[in-house]
Amino acid sequence: MFTYYLNLALRSLKRNKVLTALMVVAIAVGIGASMTTLTVVHLLSGDPIPGKSSVLYFPQLDPENPARADHAEPYAMMDYRSAVDLWSAHRADRQAILTSSSVKVRAAETGRPPLMLGLLSTSADFFPMFQVPFQYGSGWSAEDDARHARVVVISHDLNDKLFGGANSVGRSLRVRDTDVRIVGVLKPWRPTPLFYDPWPQNFSKTEDVFAPFTSSMEINEGNFLPYTCWHVPEDTHHLQNADCVWVWLWAELDSPAKAAAYARFVGDYADQQKASGRFATGREHVRMRDVMTMLTARGMVPGDVRLQAWLASAFLAICLFNAVGLLLAKFLRRSGEIGVRRALGASRRAIFAQCLVEAGVIGLLGGFFGWLLTLAGLWLVRQQPVDYAHLAHLDTGMFLATFVMAIAASLLAGVIPALRASRVVPAWQLKAL
Amino acid sequence: MQIRPILAALRRHRLATLLIAMEIALACAVLCNACFLVVQRWKLIQINSGVDESALAVLTVNGFDPSQAADLNARMLTGLRTIPGMQSVTLINQVPFGTQAGAAGISHDPGSFKNTIGVVDFVLGGPGTYQALGLKLVEGRLPQADDYRPATNFAPPDAQVLVSRALADHAWPGESPLGKDFWCDKLHFRVMGVVDHLARAHPHDWGTQATEWTVFTPTLPGGSLAGTYLLRADPHDLPRVLHNARDAVAKIAPDVVLDQENSQTVSDLRTTYFESDRIMINLLLGVIVTLLGVTALGIVGLASFWVQQRRRQIGIRRAIGATRGDILRYFQIENFLIVSGGIVLGMALAFGLNLLLMQHYELPRLPVHYLPIGALTLWGLGQLAVLGPALRAAAVPPVVATRSV
Repeated sequence: MFTYYLNLALRSLKRNKVLTALMVVAIAVGIGASMTTLTVVHLLSGDPIPGKSSVLYFPQLDPENPARADHAEPYAMMDYRSAVDLWSAHRADRQAILTSSSVKVRAAETGRPPLMLGLLSTSADFFPMFQVPFQYGSGWSAEDDARHARVVVISHDLNDKLFGGANSVGRSLRVRDTDVRIVGVLKPWRPTPLFYDPWPQNFSKTEDVFAPFTSSMEINEGNFLPYTCWHVPEDTHHLQNADCVWVWLWAELDSPAKAAAYARFVGDYADQQKASGRFATGREHVRMRDVMTMLTARGMVPGDVRLQAWLASAFLAICLFNAVGLLLAKFLRRSGEIGVRRALGASRRAIFAQCLVEAGVIGLLGGFFGWLLTLAGLWLVRQQPVDYAHLAHLDTGMFLATFVMAIAASLLAGVIPALRASRVVPAWQLKAL
Repeated sequence: MQIRPILAALRRHRLATLLIAMEIALACAVLCNACFLVVQRWKLIQINSGVDESALAVLTVNGFDPSQAADLNARMLTGLRTIPGMQSVTLINQVPFGTQAGAAGISHDPGSFKNTIGVVDFVLGGPGTYQALGLKLVEGRLPQADDYRPATNFAPPDAQVLVSRALADHAWPGESPLGKDFWCDKLHFRVMGVVDHLARAHPHDWGTQATEWTVFTPTLPGGSLAGTYLLRADPHDLPRVLHNARDAVAKIAPDVVLDQENSQTVSDLRTTYFESDRIMINLLLGVIVTLLGVTALGIVGLASFWVQQRRRQIGIRRAIGATRGDILRYFQIENFLIVSGGIVLGMALAFGLNLLLMQHYELPRLPVHYLPIGALTLWGLGQLAVLGPALRAAAVPPVVATRSV
């Protein structure tokens, strides 16, 4: 029966090519516009570390003292002392302390001019926690953290740039004024979005140099960025005691019970600091979110992209109304034919099914052209000088979603006209013939 | 022409009429808001930076220690000034549309953030920077030699400053800002003059009211004022001068690193800064055009269907005396009625959508005059779209009435 309806649908579509084309174009344009923007939203709000995002937690507390009246949420980062206190307590399964800055790097042996690069100061657990892939070597050990070891891990990009992609483990780099030994080289690694940094400077790049937090405090002293301060620091080059937030933590906690215990621990710490007069607020301003909750709270998707998604949805709605109107016209134009089929014994259900099959075929065609338009749209996005441009590709999920959405949209658009068509009274139509 | 028969006929096609009206309503809502967004973005792009953009460039170097700042400044100023065509080289910490250097909250009281004014950009400038920028003083006096104070922190601890008119109006509405004091934590500032315009480095990031909340702070070179240089040259000469200056850095200070992104002409920085807004404007214009196109196609499709469906009736009307003009006007008035219904609904939707956008984006209320413009556009579009099918209807010969089918 289905193939017969399909045959009928194709015949009917061929009969009025202009009307068919109008409908296909309407659906294709609506699908193309909305899928392009939805793909961008999907990419920007996807899970950056599937499988682990629910065991990685981002603790926050509020060291600001005196507290601002309008301060309902703690800063995304912490002051140095709180971060180091929490990190060195080692209460989580794994914990990483982080801060990002820029640093001058020279490779004496290559004879290249010095480069300014991003430096992520972190601790040994960072690499296993975030499943960072290594091309050569490995991360450093907790012992290296304790010894303030002069070691670094470098990015795939930097290794390409300085050493032509060769195994550079064991070679040395001059980071600011200190010689450090390379212990690891990463594979290309770019979590999307760049979730581990609560204040990403751009969407496009991770840092190029990773060094132990303890040693880089010495190596790059004076070059750390005070992200936000509530008192002007006495000495901008020494932020360890300044009233500024510039360091942050991640904790890996394998079970909800451990997570609850850790949240309690951070809350106790904040209360204790409040009691000693260092903080103005205690556990009421403590937050501990897992990766996805934190990304949602932060609002990862840029305002313009969300606006585009809104526009595209409105656009799709208009295209749907359009399709409903045109389908109605198309089905009712065939009232005579439907009347004959009904008189010959076709049930209402059969007429309804036949009309829906026709709407589905239009949806499939619209989906195909919509897919082409989506590819064109994403190509356009990639040409834009925005920092997420290189991410704009259609993955399998979104590819399937294009067709599912197109067919669903056209079926939805087809329901009312099909109902209308199935209610055609055969006698009237036969009389009119 | 009577409207009642048309309404009676429309009642027979309630569903189709409703669909077209809904489509018009949605189109009206999106159209009004999209146009409004375009105008808002356009205004943003047109911001007056207050500086002589076409004659200015910025050059930034990194990777030196604070202890080398004074020496580096001296070498850079001397070295860059020898470049032919260079009119001036002075120290600055940030230029409009470049990297933001010094944003901080200020208040009317010292040491607290209770009586706050807002977050402003501190533009630190060395001797000659005011003149090089080409700022326009509207009140007060210019900085004299002894107004330039050293800064080891992000700004001098006690300074006489110039504020932009926008900041003066915000902080001291209705009063003369001259001689007024304000604080950033413990740092004290006193207003000595007001400049007409001076945009902050990232005017976007701080809301539409605060695009020009800037404090021009005369500062002695050295300390925190080092590494960023304001170059001035004849606009035609500027690209070459900047190019030569960038090349010269390797010779003047071989050990520092040139910041490629923040060593550009101010015009180029501006273009880059507003790139995403220009894209958004083009996108919105694209949406508007496609939207109108799709809506018109819908009207054409349905009107054609109705014309074909009513061929017999049209023939009968023609046979009993209706002119071609009558038939044409019938379809035109019918379209006008449907579009009007859609517009009424659309205006409510437009305001609803605007409220939604206001919640999520910093967007003012939709001005009322957008509604009649949207309405006129859609009426025009409807008439244009229905013209083809209506002409075809008018061409139906009366003889159709005498034929069955």
